[in-house]
Amino acid sequence: MKPPVFDYQDPASVEEALELLARHGAAAKVLAGGQSLMPLLNLRLARPEVVVDINRIDALDYLTEESGWLRVGARVRQRRLEREAEVRRMVPLLTEAVRFVGHPQIRNRGTVCGSLAHADPAAELPAVAVAVGARLVARSRSGVREIPAEEFFTGPLTTALRPDELLAEARFPCTGPDWGWAFLEVSNRHGDYALCAVAAGVRAGDGRIQDARLAYAGAGPVPVRLREAEAALVEHSDLEEGIRAASAEARRVLQPDGDLHASSEFRRHLAAVLTARTVRLAWTRARTRSGGAHA
Amino acid sequence: MATRWLGAPIKRNEDPRLLVGQGLFVDDVQLPGMLHAAVLRSPHAHARIRRIDVRRALEHPDVLLVLTHGDLPPSLREPLPKLIPHPDLKHHKTQYALAPDKVRHVGEPVAFVVATSRYAAEDALELVEVDYEPLPAVVDLEEAAAGRPALVHEDIGTNVAAHSVQRVGDYEAARARADLVVARRFVVDRGCASPIETRGVVAQWDPRARQLTVWDSTQAPIPIRNGLAALFGLAQKDVRVIAPDVGGGFGPKIMMFYPEEVLVPLAAMRLGRPVKWIEDRREHFVATNHERTQIHDAEIALDREGRILGVRTVFLHDAGAYIPYGLIVPIVAECTLPGPYRIPNYHAEFRAVFTNKTIVSPYRGAGRPHGVFVMERLLDLAARELGMDRAEIRRRNFIQPHEFPYDVGLIYQDNAPLVYDSGNYPAALERALEEVGYCRWPEEKARYRAQGRRVGLGFACYVEGSGIGPYEGCRVTVEPSGKVYVATGVGTQGQGHATSLAQVVAEALGVDVGDVHVVTGDTGAFGWGTGTFASRAAVVAGSAVHLAAQAVRQKALQVAASLLEASPEDLELADGRVRVRGAPSRSVSLGEVARAANPLRGVIPAEWEGPGLEATRYFAPPRGTFSHGVHAALVEVDPETATLRFLRYVVVHDCGTVLNPLILDGQIHGGVAQGIGGSFFERLVYDDSGQLLSGSFMDFHIPTAVEIPEVEVIHQETPSPLNPIGAKGAGEGGVIPVPALLAQAIEDALDDLELEILRMPLHPDALFELIQKASRRTP
Repeated sequence: MKPPVFDYQDPASVEEALELLARHGAAAKVLAGGQSLMPLLNLRLARPEVVVDINRIDALDYLTEESGWLRVGARVRQRRLEREAEVRRMVPLLTEAVRFVGHPQIRNRGTVCGSLAHADPAAELPAVAVAVGARLVARSRSGVREIPAEEFFTGPLTTALRPDELLAEARFPCTGPDWGWAFLEVSNRHGDYALCAVAAGVRAGDGRIQDARLAYAGAGPVPVRLREAEAALVEHSDLEEGIRAASAEARRVLQPDGDLHASSEFRRHLAAVLTARTVRLAWTRARTRSGGAHA
Repeated sequence: MATRWLGAPIKRNEDPRLLVGQGLFVDDVQLPGMLHAAVLRSPHAHARIRRIDVRRALEHPDVLLVLTHGDLPPSLREPLPKLIPHPDLKHHKTQYALAPDKVRHVGEPVAFVVATSRYAAEDALELVEVDYEPLPAVVDLEEAAAGRPALVHEDIGTNVAAHSVQRVGDYEAARARADLVVARRFVVDRGCASPIETRGVVAQWDPRARQLTVWDSTQAPIPIRNGLAALFGLAQKDVRVIAPDVGGGFGPKIMMFYPEEVLVPLAAMRLGRPVKWIEDRREHFVATNHERTQIHDAEIALDREGRILGVRTVFLHDAGAYIPYGLIVPIVAECTLPGPYRIPNYHAEFRAVFTNKTIVSPYRGAGRPHGVFVMERLLDLAARELGMDRAEIRRRNFIQPHEFPYDVGLIYQDNAPLVYDSGNYPAALERALEEVGYCRWPEEKARYRAQGRRVGLGFACYVEGSGIGPYEGCRVTVEPSGKVYVATGVGTQGQGHATSLAQVVAEALGVDVGDVHVVTGDTGAFGWGTGTFASRAAVVAGSAVHLAAQAVRQKALQVAASLLEASPEDLELADGRVRVRGAPSRSVSLGEVARAANPLRGVIPAEWEGPGLEATRYFAPPRGTFSHGVHAALVEVDPETATLRFLRYVVVHDCGTVLNPLILDGQIHGGVAQGIGGSFFERLVYDDSGQLLSGSFMDFHIPTAVEIPEVEVIHQETPSPLNPIGAKGAGEGGVIPVPALLAQAIEDALDDLELEILRMPLHPDALFELIQKASRRTP
């Protein structure tokens, strides 16, 4: 488990990094927290010619709020999401979901953007990005573009990033005051990739759900947002009826692959069960929240 | 008043060194000019090797040596030694150092590369060209037993390595007069131990002294030394094998030989430079022995009072591609199955079968969890059929405390009769049931149910064979500094021998336990012994330590008597001194006694039997000693997600005299964790072509502190009459009953469903399927 020979570059600025990516294209791999890339290198499953280490680029280490958006730079470690109270206030779903990512040691190194760029369909942060409608900022020498999360994930471990692009920032919209959010996951062991995970958000008003978001990890080739299930929640004035309909939609629409840990049928079942549980939790929070942070 | 060390819950002598990173594990061995090895392993489960071309690898500038089968000396071209023969083992096929013409499991070594770094060695592995002709893989155990779809070893004309039958009484006659017969098929799938330290070997050859030194992460350094000496034509005295700090063994680190254990020394001797090989985790999953797949067709015959008339088990044992370790696991399984129960008629029959999978050898429990799973499940099912309480059916069948020694009627793994030496089975069960609240459980369970929670209570009983021979030895030396040095042949893989054995010595000599230094696992320090396995170190080595320490004590009294001009009977040992009882001012330190026992001039009395305060003693037990215990737990099941949570876990554990309850608790905690891992989380999954699908910690889920409950341990002490300290083994009791307990607890939690758990390990997907298929039980 030693990597094959590769060239190592550790630029100190974004511009230098983009220059390297422009020069080497698909032969280069960006190293941030290394929690996915290093195992792939050591197992010789990834064989980049050049590793571009962005850990020296201080300019990418920021976590700020700007006009209703939480901006997360490419060098921000996952651990900061759970430690900073501001994150919980702005995007509570991030705080809740990040605790399911590996273990503290992994989150101390792993970055938010790294997890998004790695695009494992069973990972937590991509599902959160899809649920809240995050926008992903790709930079290259030829410019900057913002990619909506739902368009960013194109397949298992595959994104809309071009080989010369760096995922420089992830932008998460701050939650509205009447929203409640919840994230639940079933895995064989805490910290593993999800057998299935559901991120749910509901906006409460007039004693019923006015708007809803539902996104799933481990339920398909990419993190999936289920508009059919969201619509079911909004259509039914009775919460439990809406939940039943949304769960049925999840079971009907999702087509997860089976693997050695869970059959497709089990994953669909979990998607339905977790739909109900997350929506109930999100609903309780939406009603008790009135704009404040919830626990 | 002497401090009583034996049985004291003192912290471990070895911990300060280990906790600050000052341990010496094999990978910490750094020698000048050291080279690094890597192994090319078969990617196929079953294939013929048509051709191997190593030329490009040899051209790599950092490569010094590439070995294939043809490059080996004649002694290493043969299959490696047969470890434990057995009359029923007709086809004792053992592994090769490097595969000659055929590979029989994924991970089997094909070539061995030595380079200046591990990186370069792994680069060179990619340059070795092997032309394989894939053959049908023998994966399914039942198919394998029928010789399909291929033969793992063509020359023997079968995949069945052994067929063995043991009988007590007449099961068929018992069955004929039974009121109830319950028959089921039970399956226990493969697992592996996953020690935190993988295997590793460093070898250094000194051509001038003709001395071979090997650091090996093994549980049995002395047999390794003896075997290496034989294979390389060296005197045993010229081979030193050191098992330094070893990061967990659990059974698989005894093989004699894993291929690397001979290839690394061979390379060091060929190249005249030290060579290191450290197994990586990916290798470990396929190259270090596994354990467990057994399919049992079992039945139990009872009268209507729930008394056992007889038990039959007919089972298949998956040996893997070779069977160097012989029939130990299936024999231990069939001999553990009867457990604490009177079974007048017993029929145990197995076939050990070759498959194209990694070799199987004992892993903590070593067949015991299988036997206990079958027996406890049969009793649970029988109790349900009879409408009898599951504790009551056990009470009616327990061997009673006055019935020891109790002859089970079988021949055990040490080829001696299976005779339980002592124990108190009913007391252990009652204590566990009391602790976990069994008598008020129906109300408790209903209370949980009213909250919408599904909680089940499970318990399981077991008897653990331990402390088998043939022997271990020990040398105890008091130096003039007053410090005591202890050397024994057993190795240590985390069991705390540097403390528990030191306590035995401190007790005998009246010294502080911190002044007793224990060396284990270095053939240069003590050259006689077999190894650490079968929960035997505390019993067999512990007894040898006791005998040697007592001999030193007698000598100290003798020598001090002349120094103090007193009779030995009037002396006592305490606080590192020998004192005249009742006259504490008349005393001499043990160090002074040691000096006096080794004078520069004068005469040594004949009764001293030589110089110095030193003695070597051996202990050879007549047969094994039998620990026992009961585990009981409350397990919450979420039937919607098919996941579990342990709410309580209680262990009542009887391993005779307790040397150090703190260390013993740790042994049990770790065992329970491994048992839970092997019952619900860890799975070795093979596909039809014999590829291991769960060969990394991403897919092989070892539970963490999040999943493992706090384990409450209650010690019951029924000493063994078979050794001077009364100890019994404790290494495996934590793991043995866990699968049986978990199955019972889940069935209890889901008792409104017609659901039987007959297969282990479970996991959420399998539990989901069971729940989906189960129909509602009619009350």
